[in-house]
Amino acid sequence: MTPMQKLLQLPVNAVNIVKTVQAQAQEEARSPVLTPDSIQQNWYSAVQPEELRNLKVAGTGGGDSEERAPLEEGVTSAQTQPLRHDDLKEMLDSNKDSLKLEAMKRIVAMIARGKNASDLFPAVVKNVACKNIEVKKLVYVYLVRYAEEQQDLALLSISTFQRGLKDPNQLIRASALRVLSSIRVTIIVPIMMLAIKEAASDMSPYVRKTAAHAIPKLYSLDPEQKDQLIEVIEKLLADKTTLVAGSVVMAFEEVCPERIDLIHKNYRKLCNLLIDVEEWGQVVIINMLTRYARTQFLNPNVNESLLEESGEKAFYGSDDEEGKEEKAEAAALAKRKPYVMDPDHRLLLRNTKPLLQSRNAAVVMAVAQLYFHLAPKAEVGVIAKALVRLMRSHSEVQYVVLQNVATMTIKRRGMFEPYLKSFYIRSTDPTQIKILKLEVLTNLANETNISTILREFQTYIKSMDKDFVAATIQAIGRCATNIGEVRDTCLNGLVQLLSNRDELVVAESVVVIKKLLQMQPEQHSDIIKHMAKLTDNIQVPMARASILWLIGEYCEHVPKIAPDVLRKMAKTFTNEEDIVKLQIINLAAKLYLTNSKQTKLLTQYVLNLAKYDQNYDIRDRARFIRQLIVPTDKSGALSKYAKKLFLALKPAPVLESPFKDRDHFQLGSLSHLLNAKAGGYQELPDWPETAPDPSVRNVEVPEWTKCSSREKRKEKKVEKPFYSDSEEESGPTESADSESDSASGSGSGSESEESGSGSESEESREESESEQEDKEDEEDKRKKKKKTDRGKVKAPAVESPESEESSGAEEKNRAQKVKGRRSGSESESEEEEESESESSRSESESESESESDTDAKKKKKAPVTKPPPKQAKKESKKEKKEMSLLDLDDFEPTPSPQVTPVNNFLSSSLVTDLEGLSLTDTVMAPTTIAPSGSVKTYELLHRITGEGLGVEYCFSRQPFSPDAHMVAVQIMFTNNTNAETKNLHVEDPKLQSGMRIKEFPEIELLPPGEMVTVVMGIDFCDSTQAANFQLCTHIRKFFVSIQPPVGELMMPVFMTENEFKKEQGQLMGMNEISEKLTLGEKCQNEHGIVQRVTSAANVSRVPCGSDKECRFAGKTVSSGILVLVTVATKEERAAQLTVNCEKMVIGTMLVKDILQALTQ
Amino acid sequence: MIHSLFLINSSSDIFLEKHWKSVISRSVCDYFFEVQEKAGEAENVPPVIHAGHHYLINIYREKIFFVSVIQSEVPPLFVIEFLHHVAETFQDYFGECSESAIKDNVVIVYELLEEMLDNGFPLATESNILKELIKPPNILRSVVNSITGSCNVGETLPTGQLSTIPWRRAGVKYTNNEAYFDVVEEIDAILDKTGSVVFAEIQGVIDACVNLTGMPDLTLSFMNPRLLDDVSFHPCVRFKRWESERVLSFIPPDGNFRLLSYHVSAQNLVAIPIYVKQNISFFETGSSGRLDITVGPKQTMGKTVEAVFVTINMPKVVLSANLTATQGNYTYNPVTKTLVWDIGKLSQQKLPNLKGSLTLQCGAPKPEESPSLNIDLKIQQLAISGLKVNRLDMYGEKYKPFKGVKYVSKAGKFQGKGLLEVCSVHFHGQVIANTSAQISHCHHGAFH
Repeated sequence: MTPMQKLLQLPVNAVNIVKTVQAQAQEEARSPVLTPDSIQQNWYSAVQPEELRNLKVAGTGGGDSEERAPLEEGVTSAQTQPLRHDDLKEMLDSNKDSLKLEAMKRIVAMIARGKNASDLFPAVVKNVACKNIEVKKLVYVYLVRYAEEQQDLALLSISTFQRGLKDPNQLIRASALRVLSSIRVTIIVPIMMLAIKEAASDMSPYVRKTAAHAIPKLYSLDPEQKDQLIEVIEKLLADKTTLVAGSVVMAFEEVCPERIDLIHKNYRKLCNLLIDVEEWGQVVIINMLTRYARTQFLNPNVNESLLEESGEKAFYGSDDEEGKEEKAEAAALAKRKPYVMDPDHRLLLRNTKPLLQSRNAAVVMAVAQLYFHLAPKAEVGVIAKALVRLMRSHSEVQYVVLQNVATMTIKRRGMFEPYLKSFYIRSTDPTQIKILKLEVLTNLANETNISTILREFQTYIKSMDKDFVAATIQAIGRCATNIGEVRDTCLNGLVQLLSNRDELVVAESVVVIKKLLQMQPEQHSDIIKHMAKLTDNIQVPMARASILWLIGEYCEHVPKIAPDVLRKMAKTFTNEEDIVKLQIINLAAKLYLTNSKQTKLLTQYVLNLAKYDQNYDIRDRARFIRQLIVPTDKSGALSKYAKKLFLALKPAPVLESPFKDRDHFQLGSLSHLLNAKAGGYQELPDWPETAPDPSVRNVEVPEWTKCSSREKRKEKKVEKPFYSDSEEESGPTESADSESDSASGSGSGSESEESGSGSESEESREESESEQEDKEDEEDKRKKKKKTDRGKVKAPAVESPESEESSGAEEKNRAQKVKGRRSGSESESEEEEESESESSRSESESESESESDTDAKKKKKAPVTKPPPKQAKKESKKEKKEMSLLDLDDFEPTPSPQVTPVNNFLSSSLVTDLEGLSLTDTVMAPTTIAPSGSVKTYELLHRITGEGLGVEYCFSRQPFSPDAHMVAVQIMFTNNTNAETKNLHVEDPKLQSGMRIKEFPEIELLPPGEMVTVVMGIDFCDSTQAANFQLCTHIRKFFVSIQPPVGELMMPVFMTENEFKKEQGQLMGMNEISEKLTLGEKCQNEHGIVQRVTSAANVSRVPCGSDKECRFAGKTVSSGILVLVTVATKEERAAQLTVNCEKMVIGTMLVKDILQALTQ
Repeated sequence: MIHSLFLINSSSDIFLEKHWKSVISRSVCDYFFEVQEKAGEAENVPPVIHAGHHYLINIYREKIFFVSVIQSEVPPLFVIEFLHHVAETFQDYFGECSESAIKDNVVIVYELLEEMLDNGFPLATESNILKELIKPPNILRSVVNSITGSCNVGETLPTGQLSTIPWRRAGVKYTNNEAYFDVVEEIDAILDKTGSVVFAEIQGVIDACVNLTGMPDLTLSFMNPRLLDDVSFHPCVRFKRWESERVLSFIPPDGNFRLLSYHVSAQNLVAIPIYVKQNISFFETGSSGRLDITVGPKQTMGKTVEAVFVTINMPKVVLSANLTATQGNYTYNPVTKTLVWDIGKLSQQKLPNLKGSLTLQCGAPKPEESPSLNIDLKIQQLAISGLKVNRLDMYGEKYKPFKGVKYVSKAGKFQGKGLLEVCSVHFHGQVIANTSAQISHCHHGAFH
């Protein structure tokens, strides 16, 4: 380390020597200026600091030091005392770390206080390679703060970071990238770009996370880099670790939020990772996914919202009768096409729900808004409780939550009704919280709870907080307008308030009463009279104005009082506020029109006063009204309508919540809170009319899980018919289902959706095992039940992988057909991928098959009810024969019921369940689901030596149920002759002592071209000795032998990290075999290692806290001896393999095998 | 996301600034000062302020405004939660989150802020990771540091950040392995004048102090988990196991942390542990009033009610109080108009009573507000909801830890002001019988 450091420091020092002369002079000149509390201040009064700096900057540009010399001299000579920062510089230059540290601390303290320390830049920057970590960190702080101002000097530090980027320690790499990307100097943009790109493919997820953080930094520095950065984002989005997920989505949101297409392939992964992402990342991801879902799925409330529009009553009444035809039509349309939720939509809702329990309010809020914007109406309710919980948090949190609750209560009042009391106001609440709670209470008020709410309001009116009281009065007013039943009660209550001693209360009441009276004035002339009396006392202008307006408006209800009020007002006119004056004019005008006899003179008097008022509004109004109401020669035309103009029936004001319609902003956002679009806000899109192709989210099976998960899937599907009640769904059943649906004449939209759902449920199963354990939501259940029911009926038909294949292909074809234009290429590529990956199937086969299917489908677009699935199945049955003829050499895992004991399935699914329960996080879940690993087949009998009978075997890695100490060996017989082979059985086994064999039941008949699979059990006694036996047909005997690789002699054991460590601790010394190795090309990452190891040995992954180590555990099948495998990765491709096992022979052989697997 | 942070004290001094992106002039805070002035009290400053091209999101804690500058759309709660997290980290590091503590440790504060945010996006916020990166100050270390010149920054690089259990440090070692759990419950209730409950609920938390070696895997089970109505967890708790088995299974963070917060709804509420009889009345003439309060214990399951405080915010016109207390002391602060009666322990035999007269400002009208009472109390060794911890099991490590559970019940509404718990069993003065025409009734009652 140290020599390297010296190397690095050399150039810095060299430059420093050059720079010191200039820099020092510069600093000397500047520092007193920039530190106002310096004692030395008198000298610079002549030269303004700005000018001085300009001079300096101009000077540093060229090599004209001579030119600057006089000035420098001038400055230095003026400087008699040492400068303040000199001591700091001295300390920084010293050799002692403690001095440097002290200096840096003082400098950082200056920065923290907002003092300028930029003149120390050269002195600080040369410590960038200091070996004291704290000094280094503080230098970074300084550098990031001032690099922008001192770009040239900042460049000197770059090489340190570039070197750091190559450090073997991931944390150093990450920190170098972090600081490098924080230096806002445009010149280094290419360097940053390169560093980010490199870090994005770093082995360490932490470095990749840092790369994600660096992306927005570079983007803000140079937006030109956008395209390149998007590439990096795309790459990082595909990352499978929780560490990266949050950061990269944040980068996505800042750089290219519009590129929603980048999310498709990662959507399911993000949903599944979500729960393990750190809190802050969760917020960002959830918000982004909300937006995503709005573009990709259908409105789950589409039917409800149609009804909603035509009013609440329509909810119960039939919508055909009332409402416009359009609506009815639309509703009918919606009915015809029942809404089915996209499984991906469901996935999102299901995976976010547990996060409502988060301790972080921001996460809870993010989930709440997601549910509010995306969930079916019936399910939104779950968020209420969580939001109410947030109300017990800090008042700032309360404030934000209440704002959002207020918006929600307008749309979905019922949701919060059970929590009404949680919104009761406490005397200790800050006013702003009180007012928001009041808002919520008002929104929640309905016929049933209004009495409770009003009772609560009464106590509020007595509060000492006047703003709050005013708000309460307004709230009462709103309740009164919204709920007719209590209008009179409220009005009476408010009138009582008019005698309140507090003027503010009275004034507010008057304003509210005015609004209420407007609704039904004729019944309340006594209230108007009462209010007229108040004009003598109330001084609040708004209240006075309101009373005057009321009297004017309803002067016919109070014919005697009105002129008197005008008389009084005329008297005080000149002293009134403008707003009152305007109302006096209005009152006068109205009285003049209705009762000109009594008020003519008064009106003229008022108008005259107004004519000379200081306020031009009032003068204008007076002039206008005079022309209008006083009949003259000129104004004949208009004055006819004066009455109509003034005494028209005015619509009652609607007292609306200020939170109405705020939900067009994404809830929880800054824009929503401010009710104005904030910079960078992404609009929440409207639901699409028809759902975009869901197949875009299909992901090809990643390389490392491909084989294993494929195995699994097959098994499951075959399983299906027997356990159709189980939670899992098989792809084929479902797609057959969807087929019948579509055939029965539904639109193309639902068809595509259904077809998507089939393949999707498979995908998501692969993505995360744990998710399956989740309880299905009701809707799903219902759907499932339906499907499984049908599945039962069809069960016998769906038994071979071929049929599944065909329907699978069909599915894709359909998807292609429906959304051919867009998804075509993608799904095609996927198909290709799959067929490539499946060594078992010949490509041409599946293709020709799918083609034929497509043809068949094209023909029967017409409403055919049932035939399509049947037809398909028949076809596939036929094809089964042909296929096996073609697929001579392929492994066909068809554990047909008669061969593989039922228990096997049970136990295997149990294993899967156990895995789900094991405490792994989702990152490693996919790896642990692969206990079987990739299955390798061995030849037992070549078809030539076997005279047409080809026999292969493989280790299925399933527990052998008849005897737990035996290894299950799956044997595949293929009859390549034209004649039948009869009576296939085992004879005369020649075994080592202790070894046992459980023969498979005799196969009575193997027709030509057919193949059959059986399972036999062999107890190898934990040795790799071969089991020899004879394979007999009705005519011949063949000597064969099965020799197991050591890795197949074991079975997986599930244990926790701690158990593992404990066990490992007991297997030290002779029982531990270690080997160093260099990892092969393809297994440098964790996934590669896991895949290689699990395919070499039947062990399972043990969850592990460190990503540098992969641990596996298993036990031998025969004697149950533990086998522990540890692969510790080191720098570069070096790694260490450790196997702990009591049986050294097994240990040694296993090391050899795994070593080979890993180094290849 | 978060662009800059300014810390402002109560006298409007910006005593710390930190920028994560390019520097923003502190003049942006002028917007804040403007709003602050308008709002009057600190707690009424809106948390989100629109300031020209920026947005200011602030929190107020321990008499400090944490003002963050935002330039574009961000969920406000995200920032608010983060700022509170910062405040809690300071609290954790320096024992208090005060201006002087921050000023004294300005370098550590800066180092912390640097690690917590990268380009404005949270990076390392878990206290355990931070403590690995930057050691909290203590006297011994600062002495040693000043002599040897060693530093506060961790020499070893933190690996916790990289693990799948980011909340726990690797290689924790203790000689005494202990795990303590405090079940703290707060009763939050509103009573009316007759003493009947208008609204009551229990907020509970389980705070843990776990000092265990290695990687212990703990399982905490309750006798009656169904009581818990609404829960929120520390991220370490495995949600699935809670869903299926109602046990808390977790690998704990090292040191102090809040394991769980929960809520017990009203129907499960046992009872309010005390009752209060109060009568405060003001006379129309003579500028005086009378006060008579009696407090007594109710259903405390044999436990003593301790630390009982009654706080009354008097109307402005009350000048002084001349009272006699049969137990404890009372003080009346004529400036803040608060009457505090410190009762202490409640005994069954003699019920504490506070009685006497109030002097009102001469000539001022009789106050119409009926003051509300806030009561603070504490009951040791009892969780008022009846929640009981059944057992704590440890897996993954061999030693036997010492385990302890403590129950405390308090009155109080969580106000989020740090340690200070403001209580609020508070009483609404008015009783209204009739629903229809209630407002008029009420005001008749009040005004005449």
